[in-house]
Amino acid sequence: MGEFEPTIVAFVCNWCTYTAADLAGTSRLSYPKNVRLIRVMCTGMVDSQYVIKALLQGADGVLVSGCHPGDCHYINGNFKARRRIKLLKEILPRFGFEEERLRLTWIGASDGIRFAEIMRELVEQVRALGPVRSPLALAV
Amino acid sequence: MTDTYRLDLQEGGLPAGIRGFLQNLLAAEAVRAVLVPQHLPMKRLVMPTLVTRPEGMDGVDPLAPCFPMNAARIASRLARKPMGARWAAVLRPCEIRAWVELVKLKQARTDEVVLVSIDCLGAFQNKDYIRRAGENPAATTQDFVSKALAEEKVEPDLAPACRACEFPVPPHSDIHIGFLGCGGALMAEARSPAGREAVESLNLARCETPASRQAALDALVARRVGRRDEMFAATQAAIGSLDKAAAYFADCINCYNCRVACPVCYCKECVFVTDVFNHEPAQYLQWAGRSGVLKMPTDTLFYHLTRLAHMSTACVGCGQCSNACPNDIPVMEVFRTVARHTQQAFGYEAGRDLEEAPPLSVFKESEFPEVVGISRRQAAG
Repeated sequence: MGEFEPTIVAFVCNWCTYTAADLAGTSRLSYPKNVRLIRVMCTGMVDSQYVIKALLQGADGVLVSGCHPGDCHYINGNFKARRRIKLLKEILPRFGFEEERLRLTWIGASDGIRFAEIMRELVEQVRALGPVRSPLALAV
Repeated sequence: MTDTYRLDLQEGGLPAGIRGFLQNLLAAEAVRAVLVPQHLPMKRLVMPTLVTRPEGMDGVDPLAPCFPMNAARIASRLARKPMGARWAAVLRPCEIRAWVELVKLKQARTDEVVLVSIDCLGAFQNKDYIRRAGENPAATTQDFVSKALAEEKVEPDLAPACRACEFPVPPHSDIHIGFLGCGGALMAEARSPAGREAVESLNLARCETPASRQAALDALVARRVGRRDEMFAATQAAIGSLDKAAAYFADCINCYNCRVACPVCYCKECVFVTDVFNHEPAQYLQWAGRSGVLKMPTDTLFYHLTRLAHMSTACVGCGQCSNACPNDIPVMEVFRTVARHTQQAFGYEAGRDLEEAPPLSVFKESEFPEVVGISRRQAAG
């Protein structure tokens, strides 16, 4: 067995972080293949259950990433997301998920370089945490 | 702000005194109807009834240690639109706190309702009540009340939620009926203009709140807070890893009784009964293939974690989820333990105040900087 390769599910908003990911790609920046991007229209639509489902079914880390405060395409979706992440960071640690497995970042559309940096850093952090030993990854 | 009135203690003691007060509210036309739990001939449990005539209250047994459902849901059903008259709802403190949450979630209107609360001694689990009360519920109530007032060992027999409840008196109601620490007397406290208006129509004598009352309440709350904190520690130890949490909820069969019994789970259609969770048969086969065995039903722990995310900020700890579980999973303990953290995180307390916005319904431009970013050592606050 080689080194543990974490799986990270990233919910990225269409208008900022997904665009940044796109820019990272067209700029030929490299970042680890461990990150699975899921494009959503806004971080404000990322229901808590998406995050919980990901962690219970095999993700070792979850990233929610959207526009900087004030830049939300829908005016305040990212503020709502921030409250929801706060909520989840209170719930998940009670069941043994390290708080660092769930991350929220703001990455603007022109931040392709920063996007790649954050993905690299995040993968190393989650690698250090080790896998989520979810009995449910095997038996839902 | 509050005004206290003495209530007549008739033959039959506290239950009869409270019943008399409610009957007088109807007789004096202070309200047109009263929602109050009572014994009905064909029922074993004390069930909510909507009463419009004083003589319809013969079975009212307000101190019965019986709590078959959180009647905040019933009250919200009666208050979802104007009823056309003023009415009173006699509710337990946890029911009133759930009502407050439902009002904030736009599930009920407050304008016609006079909320009547009574010092709450707690209740047994449903199964225990049916077993104990058997043929003579009135005697069971009498025995329960006298033991509870004498501080004999009644509390350990109470439902776990009641044992750990720090609200014998709710933070909000229009009229509160008290007897704890009153030396055998019974009194009604008008806590709002609507409550005062209703009580004033009865021409009751005013009285002072006995000095001993606050000390008695404080002692009761301190005992319960002690048990609550023990429960928090024990529960956290029992769910602190995914393996433990999975074991804790291992007997869950996805009946969703806990959600149906929950007074603050108000969605008309819960996501867990939608097609989202009606997975493709081929999907189950794929899941089973991962380890060779797939536990059915699936999505049990997922369901409880999601429900915590959806409603724990509104959890009032009434314990009906545990009461409703067919497999005796201590659901309430988990929800209260987690809810304490989620409510504290937002400086919120479910059921405390009608003016306090539910945490997930509002936001500020600048808040919670500690949850943003990926630095390993997160800035505190």
